[in-house]
Amino acid sequence: MAETASATHVRHGSSIGQPLTRRDGVLKVTGQARYAADNHPPGMLHAALAVSSIARGRVAALDVAAARAHPGVVEVMTPANRPPLAQDPDDKNGPFVFRMEALQDDRVRYAGQPIAVVIAETLEAATEGAALLAPRYEAEAVETGLDASDVFIPQMVGPGAPAEARHGDVEAGLAAAERRVEATYETPAQYHNAMEPHAIVAAWEGDRLTVDTPSQGLAWAQERIAGLLGLPPENIHIRSPFLGGGFGSKGVISGPQVLGILAARLVGRPVKLVLRREQMYGPVGHRGPTRQTLRLGAGEDGGLTALHHHVRTATSRFDDFLEPAASVSHTLYAAPAIATTYDAVRLDTGTPLFMRAPGEASGSIALESAIDEMALECGMDPLEFRLRNYAEVEPMSGKPFSSKALRECYAQGVARFGWAGRPLQPRQMRDENGLLVGWGLGTATFPALMFQGQARAVIRRDGTALAETGAHDMGQGAWTALAQLAADSLGLEIDQVEFRSGDSRLPDAGIAGGSSHTATAGIALHHAGADAIAKLTELAMADQRSPLFGAGNMGVVARNGRLLRRDDESRGESYADILTRAGLAEIEGRGTGAMDPAVPEHYATHSHGAVFAEVKIDPELGQIRATRLVGAFAAGRIVNPRLVRSQYYGGMIWGVSFALHEQAVMDKCSGRVMNANLGEYHVPVNADVPSLEAILVEEHDPHVNPLGIKGVGEIGITGTAGAVANAVWHATGVRVRRFPIAIEKLLV
Amino acid sequence: MNRFDYLRPASIAEAIAAAAQPGSAYLASGTNLLDLMKGDVVRPARLVDLGGLPGLDRIELLPDGGARIGARVRNADLAYHPEFSRRFPAVAEALLSGASAQLRNAATVGGNLLQRTRCAYFYDPASACNKRAPGAGCDARGGENRLHAVLGWSERCIATHPSDFCVPLAALGAVVEIEGQAGRREVPLEEFHLLPGETPERESVLAPGELVVALRLPAEAARFAAHARYVKLRERTSYAFAVVSAAAGLRIEQGVIAEARLALGGVAAKPWRARAAEAALAGARPDAASFRRAAEAALAEATPSGDNEFKIELARRIAARALALAAIGTPERLPALPASPFAPVPGAPLHG
Ligand SMILES: Cc1cc2nc3c(=O)[nH]c(=O)nc-3n(C[C@H](O)[C@H](O)[C@H](O)COP(=O)(O)OP(=O)(O)OC[C@H]3O[C@@H](n4cnc5c(N)ncnc54)[C@H](O)[C@@H]3O)c2cc1C
Ligand code: SF4
Repeated sequence: MAETASATHVRHGSSIGQPLTRRDGVLKVTGQARYAADNHPPGMLHAALAVSSIARGRVAALDVAAARAHPGVVEVMTPANRPPLAQDPDDKNGPFVFRMEALQDDRVRYAGQPIAVVIAETLEAATEGAALLAPRYEAEAVETGLDASDVFIPQMVGPGAPAEARHGDVEAGLAAAERRVEATYETPAQYHNAMEPHAIVAAWEGDRLTVDTPSQGLAWAQERIAGLLGLPPENIHIRSPFLGGGFGSKGVISGPQVLGILAARLVGRPVKLVLRREQMYGPVGHRGPTRQTLRLGAGEDGGLTALHHHVRTATSRFDDFLEPAASVSHTLYAAPAIATTYDAVRLDTGTPLFMRAPGEASGSIALESAIDEMALECGMDPLEFRLRNYAEVEPMSGKPFSSKALRECYAQGVARFGWAGRPLQPRQMRDENGLLVGWGLGTATFPALMFQGQARAVIRRDGTALAETGAHDMGQGAWTALAQLAADSLGLEIDQVEFRSGDSRLPDAGIAGGSSHTATAGIALHHAGADAIAKLTELAMADQRSPLFGAGNMGVVARNGRLLRRDDESRGESYADILTRAGLAEIEGRGTGAMDPAVPEHYATHSHGAVFAEVKIDPELGQIRATRLVGAFAAGRIVNPRLVRSQYYGGMIWGVSFALHEQAVMDKCSGRVMNANLGEYHVPVNADVPSLEAILVEEHDPHVNPLGIKGVGEIGITGTAGAVANAVWHATGVRVRRFPIAIEKLLV
Repeated sequence: MNRFDYLRPASIAEAIAAAAQPGSAYLASGTNLLDLMKGDVVRPARLVDLGGLPGLDRIELLPDGGARIGARVRNADLAYHPEFSRRFPAVAEALLSGASAQLRNAATVGGNLLQRTRCAYFYDPASACNKRAPGAGCDARGGENRLHAVLGWSERCIATHPSDFCVPLAALGAVVEIEGQAGRREVPLEEFHLLPGETPERESVLAPGELVVALRLPAEAARFAAHARYVKLRERTSYAFAVVSAAAGLRIEQGVIAEARLALGGVAAKPWRARAAEAALAGARPDAASFRRAAEAALAEATPSGDNEFKIELARRIAARALALAAIGTPERLPALPASPFAPVPGAPLHG
């Protein structure tokens, strides 16, 4: 990694499993890590977006002359002079291609949509130029809520899963049930709000383009930009060494990023465009709102007889992304009959997008609440009820799990939290100040997925190596965890391996999404290293001068920069010696990471966890605080426990946010988000999460991939949000089914 | 942000002359003003920076037990001044419950008094707002108004004043020292902010160019030091504006309330001194029943201005809570979570 500045680490055996600190940490805390907006190529101009304040209609007039006349303004880009594109930005020409607004016409389809770009010598001039455009609109009435009129039944939800799924006869199961729960829960629209806004610095040289922009999917971004511009992908060079968070919103290239590129084309100079915080509440995706109705039936013994999870969600008026909130119900509890169904409305908003734990987060808080409601109905402890309905195989598919240490998660979480003795009834516990205390539990789950990724590994004559893959470090620690995997694959210390990443010229590492990046890019690196070692081994075994000559079937092992005979480790030689004798400067290996298609055919692959929450609530004022959280998670092999713990913490904090804090407040008449800033769009502060613990539960997965790696990035939200909601009920006896839980709902 | 002139005068007279020109605004630390400018909510033609003015950054503890605080004193410096916080603990507690440490290190006394409402429609230039554009209408009235005013609002404007600091100041009878082209004058803090009425754009008694130079806490305000608290209800544990808040001060003599002070925050366009409640408490026993009666009196005139009826009962409860905490007594040291319901209560538990 050209960008490394790290302390030396002591390795004990393999790198995998070591709690290394972030290798890019020193760069980050000293301000040397170069994020997209830190790039200032010579001659660079600043661009500012003008965005629509109406949510539906058309732009009738822009005062372009006033903007142009402002000192420092170089050019104003509108649909009238925007350089042509080779593709309509509204063409859906592949999976994961979303319609975008790139000044193709004067239509406005949501508030905050870009309607012009002002390019100027300074950011201040560009910003004021944008204000001087003083747009006039022809506005049309907007639809903003889940009760909008045009309801439709989607065929697909999320990134392409069938919307409706059924297993067994739910109605019969409900009819036969001794106890029934039917409850409706609502979750609001939420915005990703990565700390780093979407930013782009675009520089053209003839028909070649260099862009610095944060990306969770370099290859997709390259392909999308190339398609829009009508250029071969190799003409587009994207650099994205660091992201200040993405959470899904940087998974696809957005309209504003394309506009930055077009602005640079228009003025013939490099251009930088950075979204303002409030501009991130429109064109770069959000988590769609949901209204979920759960119908549960259970027998006298507390065994579920049926589970119906119906989701009403919303997408934009012009494109589809439907929050797949019911998918958690496919995997979590062993109901003999399960149905998941959807309907949806179209709103005058930007198109929703995957946002950290898309579907699972929203679905989990509803399902975990409903499960608690049923446990109460059955007079059972919430944990006992969950264990009674423990899924030994995936309920929907009947497939065995590739691994599932959820029982262990419950057990370790219970012990650490001190769940024993929890009163069944609510409003039973007080602290020394008389505050209400409640304990809640939620089961965490997230699928273990893999995309397709490639990697290259090169062993050099000096005994060091290079490993590279175009991976994405959103802050989760890919620079470190992937280097650990690469080092082990090459039998080298981590500091002997130069690791390159975050650049579209490197092999495609697959998208950093779906909690799959470590598995995908990591397995690709693992195979690339193994391939290089295999080639090196062949070289040695075929060479009479090598102590490994003829090792043949006995095989060799690679360790500490040497190849050793497996049957006699005293016989071996260094990589350097092998290459030197062969007169080779280096030897290259390549690898692919992808899930073996046979695995999902035979197994259900998921990470699991159990989260225990304590909340305290002022009995008169209703103010809530999640005073203690313990999560126990099992996610296969843990490549770096320090980074993984930090992913769990982040997820759990997000779960608290989901239950108690986060929501976009939209004005019903205008369709504008009224709290589009981090002062009013609340997420937890440190004082909201005074005690967090994450337990890494050991789990060996022999199936999911050769290293048994599952995902950890998203699971923390699931389980936690429900645990907090359940704890609020346990503290107060009030079941709030609309999130985030508002204090006024708790006033009794 | 529009282009503007920037002045840094070296004397108060110079500053006042400059600021009396139309389109001028005083710049203290800018934590509110610059945000508003970046959002195109206000577009002053001239900023008059107070940073170069002499004498505005002093905290004077007066021999009579009162205090005089310069307008440019930082919120954090005032809150952490040991003698000031000993004399006026509720003021320190309110200051430390506001914003974040970074903001408190920058924000000034004058800026805190004159910070603008947090009404989202005021901050959104595309919305109709009588405060921003008199006569334009008020989009908050039929919009998202869950946190808007329940006291003293008018059809023209239902916004609240967001300051925490001002709430105990109102309770304690602070006085604002003002200097302008016509000379120096003093206004009780209670009368400093204006209710919206027909002119919500007029938020304080300041005339164009008038400068807040200092704030005075009278000597008698220190007599509540043993029983003075600020409590603030928030939607997260820290770093959030008050949903409702209350400052209470009691003088308790022989088990009876000799004198009470009470003001509410987050309920009106000004910090709301609850004189009827104070009167109801005089001579009463410091117990839950008296506090509830006082709280009822404080909110007697309250009416919802939108989806905020719950704030009325919450305001009663926060008033009663502040009084109850004040009765227990000012803690030895300020709690780590100032003004929070989660701060430990010295002595007996509050709740049943
Ligand atoms: C994210 C965020 C959260 C916040 N949370 C809270 C909170 O919880 N509680 C709370 O109370 N406050 C909160 N605040 C507001 C904060 O207290 C104010 O921004 C701050 O007090 C303003 O002080 P300043 O010195 O920066 O004033 P400026 O921003 O410089 O000025 C504010 C206004 O006062 C005028 N002004 C300043 N000084 C004088 C003077 N001497 N005479 C006449 N006019 C003057 C200016 O012209 C301007 O109109 C928050 C602010 C932010 C940004
Ligand atoms: S409540 Fe007041 S500040 Fe808010 S929009 Fe209405 S007039 Fe403006």
